[in-house]
Amino acid sequence: MTVLVVENLEVRYGAVRAVRGLSLTVEPGEIVGLIGPNGAGKSSTLHAIMGAAPVAAGDVRLAGASLVGRKPEDVARSGIALVPEGRRIFGELSVEENLRLGLAGRRSQAGADDAVERAYELFPIVRDFRRRTAGALSGGQQQQLAIARALVAEPDVLLLDEPSLGLAPRIVDVVFDALAAIRESGLAVLLVEQRAQRTVALADRCHVLSNGELRLTLDRDDAADTEKLVAAYFS
Amino acid sequence: MILGILNVDWQTLADALALGAVYALMAVGIGLVFGVLRLVNFAYGQLVMAGAYALAFASQWNWPRWAGILLCFAIVLALSLVMDRLVFRPLRTQSPAVMLVATFAVAFLLQSVALLWFGPLGKIASSLAPLNRPVVISGVDIRKIAIVAVVVAVLCLVAVQLLLARTTVGLQMRAAAMDFRTARMLGVRANRVIGGAVLISGALAAVVAIMLTVQTPLVTPDFALRDTIVVLAGVVLGGLNRLVPATLGGFAIGFASGLLGGALPTTQSQYLPSILFAAVILVLLIRPNGLFTRGRESLERV
Repeated sequence: MTVLVVENLEVRYGAVRAVRGLSLTVEPGEIVGLIGPNGAGKSSTLHAIMGAAPVAAGDVRLAGASLVGRKPEDVARSGIALVPEGRRIFGELSVEENLRLGLAGRRSQAGADDAVERAYELFPIVRDFRRRTAGALSGGQQQQLAIARALVAEPDVLLLDEPSLGLAPRIVDVVFDALAAIRESGLAVLLVEQRAQRTVALADRCHVLSNGELRLTLDRDDAADTEKLVAAYFS
Repeated sequence: MILGILNVDWQTLADALALGAVYALMAVGIGLVFGVLRLVNFAYGQLVMAGAYALAFASQWNWPRWAGILLCFAIVLALSLVMDRLVFRPLRTQSPAVMLVATFAVAFLLQSVALLWFGPLGKIASSLAPLNRPVVISGVDIRKIAIVAVVVAVLCLVAVQLLLARTTVGLQMRAAAMDFRTARMLGVRANRVIGGAVLISGALAAVVAIMLTVQTPLVTPDFALRDTIVVLAGVVLGGLNRLVPATLGGFAIGFASGLLGGALPTTQSQYLPSILFAAVILVLLIRPNGLFTRGRESLERV
C-alpha cells in the first residue's frame, strides 16, 4: 500500500512558485530519489510535506490522511521524520540528548529504549560518542547522528535532505549503505540529493526536478547512462 | 579590607547578596521566555507587581501566611498563562520588535489596571514582615530575609537547572531555545515548551514578589518596575542569549546595586541609577556580546 502520496503539489513563497504541480508516491520498503540543481524545489517539497512551507495547492497524504495545514510537530508525530539539510544537530547538547530529542516524534513512548538501541546498532559511532558534545563530532558523524535521531521516532516515512552534502566519499558510502539497510527494514524513504549518479543507482526510481517541475523519472539502469543524467540536469 | 575602603559593612554585603539573588531569579524568568520565544518580556515586573498585590490583600484580609503565598502563586501563574494565550501566542511569528512593543503595552496596561482598581496610594503586605528582624551571626546583625532570599534563590536555581537538565520537557526547552524550527520538525510541541517556559517564569516571578514585599512592604502600581529595568540591563550585560550568563548578569547588577546603595552617602544615593547604567554602557561598549559570554558563541546566533 502506498504510504506517502504527493499530488499536484504547489509551493509558493509570495510570488515565487518554488514547486509546481509535483506528484509522486513512495511505498514501504522503497527509496524514491529527488534530484536536480540548486533551487529546483527539492527542499521546498520536503518542507511542504513537513508542514513547514506554504502549500498553495495540491495535497500530501500519509496512509490516506491529508497532512496539509498541519503543524510540523503534528506531521512529525503522525509518522514522518526529516533529516534536515545541513544536519541541524544541536551542537551544545550531547549526542545522547540529540538522539532523545528524536523521541518527541514517536506516536507512543513505549519501546523507545529499543528504538534507541536499534539506532545505535545501525550507527555504532553514535553509541561510542554518546556522551560527547554533538558539536564536537565530524560532519560525517553528525550526519549519522541526524539519521539516527530521525529513526528513533520509528516513522513510516523518512525524508532526507542532501545527507551526503559536504561528506568525504568514504562517509558517503556509510550513509548510503545505511539507507539501503533502512529500506530493507520496510521504511518508505524519500531522498533529496545532489549526487545524481549515486542516487539513481541506489533509489528504486528517481525524479528529476527543475524549476519546481518534475522533468523526468529515471530508474536504476539509467545510473550508468551518463549522457541521460547530464541531459536531465541541463534540459 | 576592600569593604572598609568602600565603607560597606557586613550587613550591607548580606543585603547586596540578597538583592543579587532576587535579581538572578528575575533574570532566569526573563531569560527562559526569551530562549523559546525570542521575546524580551518587559511586562515581567507587572507579574511581580500582581503577586505583590495578592500578598498585600491576603494580609489585609488576615489570611494565614501560607494562604497568602498560595494566592500569590495562583494569581501570577494565571496571569502568565493569560499573557501567553492572549499576547505571546498570537504574536509568536512576528518580529522581535513587534513582540517587545507588545510587552510594553501589556506592562502599561497592567500598571494602569492596578492604578484604577487599587489606587495610587498602595497597600501594605505585612504578613512576612517578621523576616526583617535580624539574626546575630558572629557579632554581625543580618536580616533574616537576606539569608532566606539567598537560600530560596539557590534552591530555585538548582530546581530550574535540574528541570532543564533531567526532564524531557527541559531537554526540549533547551533544544527549542537553540533551534526552534528543527525542534518542531522533530516532533517537539511548540505550545508545550512555550507553556512550560512561561509557567516556570511565572513561578519565579511569584517567588520574587514574596522576597521583594518583605524588603518593600508598600505595594504600589509601579512595584518592581525599576527592578525590572535594572534586571533587563543586567541580563543584557551578562548576555541575553544564554541562561547562565543572563543569570550571572542579573546577580551582578543586583549585587552592585545593593553594594553601591550601601556605600554611597545618603545625600548622594539618587545618583545610584546613573552610576549603574553608566557602568552598563561602559561594559557593553567593551563587550557588546555580554560580560559572561565567550565572543564567538553568541555571534553564531546572528
